[in-house]
Amino acid sequence: MYQTDMYEGMIAETVMIAGANGDLINAYYARPLGPGPFPGMVVIHHMPGWDEWYREATRKIAHHGYAALSPNLYYRAGHGTPEDVAAKVRADGGVPDEQVVGDLAGALAFLRAHPSNNGKVGVWGTCSGGRHAYLAACRLQFEAAIDCWGGRVVMAESDLNERFPVAPIDYTPDLSCPLLGIFGEEDHSPTVEQVAIHEAALKKHGKDYEFHMYPNAGHGFFYHNRPMYRQAQAVDGWEKMFAFMAKHLG
Amino acid sequence: MCTMIMHKVGIEGFGKGTQGWFGVNQANVSYDHPFHAPLEHALNIDFVDEAQGPGARVAVELSAEAARSLVQTILAVLDEAESGGHLAVNGNQ
Repeated sequence: MYQTDMYEGMIAETVMIAGANGDLINAYYARPLGPGPFPGMVVIHHMPGWDEWYREATRKIAHHGYAALSPNLYYRAGHGTPEDVAAKVRADGGVPDEQVVGDLAGALAFLRAHPSNNGKVGVWGTCSGGRHAYLAACRLQFEAAIDCWGGRVVMAESDLNERFPVAPIDYTPDLSCPLLGIFGEEDHSPTVEQVAIHEAALKKHGKDYEFHMYPNAGHGFFYHNRPMYRQAQAVDGWEKMFAFMAKHLG
Repeated sequence: MCTMIMHKVGIEGFGKGTQGWFGVNQANVSYDHPFHAPLEHALNIDFVDEAQGPGARVAVELSAEAARSLVQTILAVLDEAESGGHLAVNGNQ
């Protein structure tokens, strides 16, 4: 825990990393100053894009002692304001799962290769990023994963298509690491029922997980710039996240 | 992308964006998370010209109720214009 007589420093900058198919994509990289060792954390932005909230969140995670890397999963859609780029991706039906997994594999490799890495890397995301975090934790080797209100982990057969060929829940037997799930009871995606289905799959396959379902909270209750923000639930959720990260990545 | 409900429609018209007026040739209509409206999901309409890049976009985010009301109003206005003979006069019919 931070003490007021501690030295503290951080660098945060845009870097280029190799993503899916070796494509170069940009990423926001925030890390503590000093030799480390530091655990790594892949930070996956939400559907509204690679935006200011995600830059803040990436720096917050670095403040807590992690080398945090947030890849721009919308890089291939072109450049503009985060909202305009995200609207383009929305119009195109979202980014394909296979491409996302490739980009996250690149982010993971970038963090693991850094000489200051302590040998452990986690993954976290919210909204579509929560879904992507779960997908990545099943398809790649992480040491911890956090899914905040990721919708469409449970998918109907009719929702599967070329971009989303497999429901993430179907990869549950391959989940590579402990999982923390943070959800709100009033969320419409995922619903309480969908979270229960996900939890049953984790139990069935003997996975190490903890789920927290917050009352009086809906989708995106960490977002302090949105009306869905719920102060008490968000403070508790962040505390649970950092405790989980310290336990599995520290 | 939590609902993934999105339709595209080809249109003809002009929109006023941050750089002034530009031609728009497509409307992207979704019911999904808005960027600004204080709603979990909204009826979002982006009037765009994709060839000009992501910034060539005029956006509105409406509640479902407001969107239905807007649709009815547009149709009512067009019906009134049509019955007054204005659509034919403008060569738009």
